Amino acid sequence: MEKPQGSNTLIWSIVFIVGAIMLLISLSTSRTGQVWVTPTHHAFTVTSETNSNGGAVWKSIDPSTATNGDITWTTYAAVPEVELEDKITSNEASLSWPRTIGLWLAAMFTLFILSFLVGDNPAYKFAEAMVVGTSAGYVMVIGIWDVFVPDLLANLFPETIKGWVLPGLSPEPLEGLGYALHLVQYIIPAILIVMLLWNLMPSGGWISRWPIALFIGVTAGFRMIGAIEADLLAQIRAGIVPLWQTTDGVFDFWLSFKYFTITIATLSAMVYFFFSIEHKGFIGKTAKVGIWFMMITFGASFGYTVMGRIALLAARLEFLFGEWLHFIPAS
Amino acid sequence: MLLSVAIPILMKVSFPEEVSPQTRMVFDVIENLPDGSNVLLSYDFDPASEGELLPMAQAFTRHCCAKGHKQYYMTLWPLGSPMVDKSLDTIRSEYPDMIYGEDFVKFDYKAGGEVVIRVIGTDLRAMFPLDSSGVSLDELPMTKNIKNLQDMDVIVNVSAGDPGTKQWVQFASTPYSLTTVSGCTGVQAPQMYPYIPEQLAGVLGAIKAAAEYEQAIAEKYPEIASNPSAQEAKRRMGPQLIAHSLMVGLILLGNWIFFVSRKRGEA
Amino acid sequence: MKRLVPLTIAIVAGFTLIIAYFFPIAQQWSDNVQEWFKILAVGAMVLGGGNLIKLHLKKVSAKRKGWGYSMVTIVCFFGVLIVGFLKVGTPPNTNYPDYVWSGYYLQEGSGVWWIYLHMIVPLTSMMFAMLAFYVATAAFRAFRAKNIEATLLLVTAGIVLLGRTYAGVWLFDAWLPESMLWLRFDNLTEWIMNAPNTAGNRAIMIGIALGTVATSLRILLGVDRSYLGQD
Repeated sequence: MEKPQGSNTLIWSIVFIVGAIMLLISLSTSRTGQVWVTPTHHAFTVTSETNSNGGAVWKSIDPSTATNGDITWTTYAAVPEVELEDKITSNEASLSWPRTIGLWLAAMFTLFILSFLVGDNPAYKFAEAMVVGTSAGYVMVIGIWDVFVPDLLANLFPETIKGWVLPGLSPEPLEGLGYALHLVQYIIPAILIVMLLWNLMPSGGWISRWPIALFIGVTAGFRMIGAIEADLLAQIRAGIVPLWQTTDGVFDFWLSFKYFTITIATLSAMVYFFFSIEHKGFIGKTAKVGIWFMMITFGASFGYTVMGRIALLAARLEFLFGEWLHFIPAS
Repeated sequence: MLLSVAIPILMKVSFPEEVSPQTRMVFDVIENLPDGSNVLLSYDFDPASEGELLPMAQAFTRHCCAKGHKQYYMTLWPLGSPMVDKSLDTIRSEYPDMIYGEDFVKFDYKAGGEVVIRVIGTDLRAMFPLDSSGVSLDELPMTKNIKNLQDMDVIVNVSAGDPGTKQWVQFASTPYSLTTVSGCTGVQAPQMYPYIPEQLAGVLGAIKAAAEYEQAIAEKYPEIASNPSAQEAKRRMGPQLIAHSLMVGLILLGNWIFFVSRKRGEA
Repeated sequence: MKRLVPLTIAIVAGFTLIIAYFFPIAQQWSDNVQEWFKILAVGAMVLGGGNLIKLHLKKVSAKRKGWGYSMVTIVCFFGVLIVGFLKVGTPPNTNYPDYVWSGYYLQEGSGVWWIYLHMIVPLTSMMFAMLAFYVATAAFRAFRAKNIEATLLLVTAGIVLLGRTYAGVWLFDAWLPESMLWLRFDNLTEWIMNAPNTAGNRAIMIGIALGTVATSLRILLGVDRSYLGQD
């Protein structure tokens, strides 16, 4: 079936024109796409006390009294929309160019991805390339600062890391054999990381099998324990319930019906998954009933999935209409 | 689809919410805890699911603050840390009397998924010797007497996938019989129902359940009801109804066309 | 050696965890293995990033179709890495203001925070939000009640879709008698989730659990060696 190009182009042209008009109206009537911030000044002066790690204790002071030798810096917080006009009038707030540019970039990126509805285009491809690059870089940054530095480097070079990024660290004082064992405990994963990264080399990829094997073994061990305890035994136990249910000593039809349905549905669905016996006759009919119950399950899953997807779209449109265009209060 | 979601948002269409029995179960778990109980909140989601899960995460935060529970925040997802920061910002702006280190604390992200859960099940400090601000757990009033997960009264997990609620059930709730409630995406919610009620005390499934939870909190705590930031999920239910009706209409229309075409073909 | 050592590592690591579950005396060994796994997971992230860059650099150097977009990916990747690693724009920790590098890299106003809020959030969340359109298209084009199973699926989906909104109440409130309230779509949805959905997912869960146990045992007993690759 040929795509009706003409009507598609017309529809999207109308959408873009209406969008551009809405943007112009918004720019002229409100603080569209602007982010205003208020500064908070911080100042710290050293005291004569020492903390539990032997380091100096610094205390917070009034920034206006800061002198040479004190540490000062300024942070900025975005002004909520309800307070914006008051703070601008009283000169407490200033326009933040980095955040304003960021807001416009965020809106542009959102529209670039949305443009895929028109068809694959350079804007979408550009945004897609950015997603991949920034997400990968971001995850690596998190891995470095949240795991690599505090868990590996801090254990291999505690005093260096303590003096650099983690002054709150209190490494255990170890000596002799204890220290040696502690070092070995953390040198092993360091060596394994190097072996894992050998995968990137043109040859010698087999070296990465050692750390991959550790992954596989640990995952297999974990998953087996979790699956047996929580998904197998607990679920079988939960499935064995009396079919004659009472409430206050009186037979409760709907509760009994519910548990009867659950029992029949579970057993018939499990029969469907049992392929060692041919699905004919009574087994075949039971498997059929099992499929019907699973279709109800999948229908419910589909309904919930749709709900989830629409919520995500609603959130993005709220960002565009609220935070960017100010058509509605920003959430 | 775009118009069916955009127009209700612009027109601020909203509908009344009735709290369902499932949501009431989750609400009662937090509500019936004695004030000041230890609650571990694990935000296992990222910006891709923020639209669906952040409202319920914020609702959990406000409910715990209203009850004065001690909140221990963590995440198993690399991009989950900023989600936790949003809850901490909510506490700082709406509950300024709550003090970091005494009433709420945040732990950094750690890689490993279920390994993290397994380790903190026996020893919290083996995974988190310091909190997110670099202070030793032995120096914070609310963590110095906490040894492991078993010292928590309730685990609240907001989850978008793997690792998430399933792993918390497998490695925390089931082995240690810990009361666990979950808020999860629409994709995941139906899969969590078999765990109720022995392994999971309740599940909030998707944005609808989040809206019901906000309603339950608003009924009990009128001061939260008057806070517009606390009604985010309810605001999103307006577009949900229109879009869902559109979906049902599309399914019916598609099938009507199919059956008419088939009948014409047979004729 | 190339296959025997990693095979032994996998088996020993897996069984250490299982033995520690039954014999707490082995817990220390289990804790060590878990600690290595956690640290190695970061190595896997670095490997993933490295592979990504290797792929895109090959594309750029060969000037294959779309190499410009690969440049964008590479620039974004290294840009985020540099800003994040150098903690650009991050003030010190207020508990330790004399340590310049002690600040939280995601603090409001920092470089990484800016990248997260203005690039990662809109890009990733809009990417997923696009699924709403595909679901609508699929509903119109593909969902046909061709047989009993498909009809059951569609009817259930329709009940749940309406039941999980105010429509499920509004459609029936005016005319449904009190005794038939269970037919109201929101109540029907609740029952569907608590009964047939629970049962269906329970059966699937038990099946998956059995499969997981079988696969894990095959790996831990050395029967399945596919992860070792070819010689």
